[in-house]
Amino acid sequence: MVKFSKDDSSVVVVIGSGAGGGVVGTDLALKGIKTVILEAGKRHETEDFINDEWDSFSQLAWSDQRMTSGSWRVAKDFAQLPAWIVKSVGGSTTHWAGASLRFQKHEFKAKTTYGNVQGANLLDWPISLKELEPFYAKAEDRMGVTRTNGIKGLPGNNNFKVFEKGAKAIGYKEVHTGQMAINSEERDGRPGCQQVGFCFQGCKFGAKWSTLYAEIPKGEETGKLEVRPESYVLRIEHDKTGKVTAVVYADKDGKTHKQKARVVCLAGNSIESPRILLNSHSSMFPDGLGNSYGHVGRNYMRHMTGSVYGIFDKPVKMWRGTTMAGIIKDEAKHNTKRGFVGGYEMETLSLGLPFMAAFLNPGAWGRSFTTALDSYENMAGMWLVGEDMPQETNRVSLHSTAKDAHGLPVANVHFDDHPNDIAMREHAYKQGSAVYDAVGAVRTIPTPPYPSTHNLGTNRMSEKDRDGVVNKWGRSHEIPNLFISDGSVFTTGGCENPTLTIVALATRQAEYIADQMNKGNI
Amino acid sequence: MGERQTENTLTRRDFIASSSVAVGAAAIIISGSALVSTKESWGLEVQHLSPESMSTLIQMSRDIYPHDRLADRYYAVACKGFDKQDLKDTIEEGIKVLNSLSQSQFGTDYRNIGLESQRTSLLENIQSTPMFQALRGSLVTGIYNQKEVWPLFGYQGASFEHGGYIDRGFNDIDWL
Repeated sequence: MVKFSKDDSSVVVVIGSGAGGGVVGTDLALKGIKTVILEAGKRHETEDFINDEWDSFSQLAWSDQRMTSGSWRVAKDFAQLPAWIVKSVGGSTTHWAGASLRFQKHEFKAKTTYGNVQGANLLDWPISLKELEPFYAKAEDRMGVTRTNGIKGLPGNNNFKVFEKGAKAIGYKEVHTGQMAINSEERDGRPGCQQVGFCFQGCKFGAKWSTLYAEIPKGEETGKLEVRPESYVLRIEHDKTGKVTAVVYADKDGKTHKQKARVVCLAGNSIESPRILLNSHSSMFPDGLGNSYGHVGRNYMRHMTGSVYGIFDKPVKMWRGTTMAGIIKDEAKHNTKRGFVGGYEMETLSLGLPFMAAFLNPGAWGRSFTTALDSYENMAGMWLVGEDMPQETNRVSLHSTAKDAHGLPVANVHFDDHPNDIAMREHAYKQGSAVYDAVGAVRTIPTPPYPSTHNLGTNRMSEKDRDGVVNKWGRSHEIPNLFISDGSVFTTGGCENPTLTIVALATRQAEYIADQMNKGNI
Repeated sequence: MGERQTENTLTRRDFIASSSVAVGAAAIIISGSALVSTKESWGLEVQHLSPESMSTLIQMSRDIYPHDRLADRYYAVACKGFDKQDLKDTIEEGIKVLNSLSQSQFGTDYRNIGLESQRTSLLENIQSTPMFQALRGSLVTGIYNQKEVWPLFGYQGASFEHGGYIDRGFNDIDWL
């Protein structure tokens, strides 16, 4: 494997190896550009993954301290765990469920479509669906998304069958096993899904697309990509002209290193990316890099989420098979007759017994709680995921007292639900319950949001520099050789699981960076 | 929207729980520094906590997460980790508060109360205390992450080593 010198100032340094960083880093290497990916986590390969929820959580999750505030229930139930995301090579593409959906046209024009929603800080994206379509197509092909490129859908598991029958019984039309970046048959050197049921714990067969094994090794084969695991970024440095020049990171022993860079692509997820920018403050950038207009960390979105579990009088065994291969798309449209703007997806979901106990109703005890678990075998489950409203006050900021092992302030994640989010959640709970009631559920249980898996918007993309942090290429409005390559660039969240859009944007960004480097503009 | 339960599903189990004497940790006897369950044939030696305190914790655990299908030993395993010197004071202080509440309302210690509903009403009074919260929080993994417990709920655990469920019933539902 290639190793680049830390004094080599011609390399592109990518921070993070997930859907954004793993793709942009691999693509740059494939284009012949020397690239170093700094990843805070260890490198665990597929054989290391564990079919056990808590053991896997210990292995993969980002469990370094973070703080929370605001009225969201996560702040009470999981005060130091705002997000369930990954610290490992591959980032959250090791943990993700695989749902790969394109944004709808109007979701790129949220402000125009939804109008002035009080308290919401809506903005149109500086790009349209049409501009992103070719990159969506490329992303679907490289990820092997089912129901695209002639790839057949995954077979429905027990959980899906219950969900599908209920959905059709109440008149939903668009119900199927999803567009999933999980092989339904062998493709790209990876096998078809074996219905293991531990998608969230890392796919041991590698049937699910992850940058860990589906992208990064292809970059490494070119001899142009070096991945440095256990490299925890502390700050990004710049020169007198305001260009970034190097990335300072700590290795596994806490020793600091400085990697010089021609370009920096930041892809540490919507919590760590703004934190790194804020922690990189200097006399030239006293409020942090790229933050002259004060947007870094603001407009944090996490999608409207919730779950519904239905209990039946006979077994479902929902844990068997692909976790999220099931979708109802009928509620994804924008239809204000429901009492809110935007839409939501309904997707199958299951948790094992250990996580069900932890997440069904955190803090609850007594028989109303335990009788639900008594029926674990007879449960079917779905996740509800919809567009939430960006709000300026929902933000990732530096905590005033809590510090990490290197003495840097940890991130504080502040979130209050917008009334639109609450109205949408109520509607989704009602519809989700109706799906299960239609197939004879004896009890339905609306479940509160889990720690955030879809973290978005804290470095948003905007046409004008005063409205956001990056331009339509993910390039900092202020610093010409600083790019942001993760979901933090989302101007608004849409209602779709975000990974496909992150990959499409990263693919597009890599082309742009290569082009600009060739032209000598960076 | 709160949790919803249709009328006809107030289960027989709920009825039993609220009207009869539960066979919980009362079946555990104390002998020296050990807890012994003759019914389930196990014993647990305590090092730091008094055996009465451990017995109380086990009863509390069952009342916090009551599963009639679970034998006492699973609750005992979940509580074992509290037998530590640095936890002793917090726990025994918490139990003292619980028992004085119990004495004033029912004239006996919490663990000797036969009715689950009466014990539960006492726990409701102390549910915001750090001791209760520490116990409850720890039981979430202490009980439900015991692999021996999983089959009792039907949960099958790891499947990779069996080749997943592709040939083992991922779509075998037959009652729809």
